[in-house]
Amino acid sequence: MATLEINGKTIPVDEDGYLENLEDWDKEVAAFLAKQEGIDTLTDGHWAVIEVMQKTFKETGTGPSLRKLSKASGVPTKELYQLFPKGPAKKAAKVAGIPKPTGCV
Amino acid sequence: MENNNYEPVKKVSIIISKNSLENVYPGLIMANGALMEGMDAVLFFTFFGTDVVTKNRMDKLQIKDVNNFMSHMPAPNGPMPENLTQFVTDQIMAQFDSMDIPPVGEFLEMIHDGGGQIFACKAMADMFHLTKDDLCDEVDDIISVGKMYEVSAGAQIIYT
Repeated sequence: MATLEINGKTIPVDEDGYLENLEDWDKEVAAFLAKQEGIDTLTDGHWAVIEVMQKTFKETGTGPSLRKLSKASGVPTKELYQLFPKGPAKKAAKVAGIPKPTGCV
Repeated sequence: MENNNYEPVKKVSIIISKNSLENVYPGLIMANGALMEGMDAVLFFTFFGTDVVTKNRMDKLQIKDVNNFMSHMPAPNGPMPENLTQFVTDQIMAQFDSMDIPPVGEFLEMIHDGGGQIFACKAMADMFHLTKDDLCDEVDDIISVGKMYEVSAGAQIIYT
């Protein structure tokens, strides 16, 4: 199984680099994963989206895909693509420590 | 998922040539799905597909293959609706809504906001006497077939 080494902790991830367990997630892990995705600094805008990703995952067992994420967070699609370029739902899910969303829209 | 050693798809160019909802939605979903995966996407609307981006037609698109859909749905209570096409269209749109699949106009906006490029076909604009003012705001330009190939550089071209 693939793992990440973050601040001395060994964290298991799946083959696409998504955390296996949300319990391993904290803000430092998020910052590490964000850097991997090309996001240097996590702003308030990012954190608000990350919070919605985790909340939806805890409530439904799956991360929201793009349209659900936009509706649930109140962040317009265009802005989501600016915050998490090249695939906002999947990138936000990775940084939030939840599995890749499976929805089609 | 196994992807062996194949080069991943990086860009799609999807041609939508029909105006029935069952032919329009697959292209919209594939274009949006490409953007969601971090790929580039181009949409080119031609022939009756031009209706999808024409302001006074885009909200009136219907399911055309009504019989096919009826075979997948429970029979309506009471007599058959008089306007079966509209009945089936309304059912499908309600189903889409429950699945978070947006109406055509909102879908085009999502795709455009996600960086997707949207073009209408010059020959069809000429034939239907349409100018850019007749088309929705998301249309980047009205272009020739030659230009369509140019903007599709590096893309997998998908005809629907």
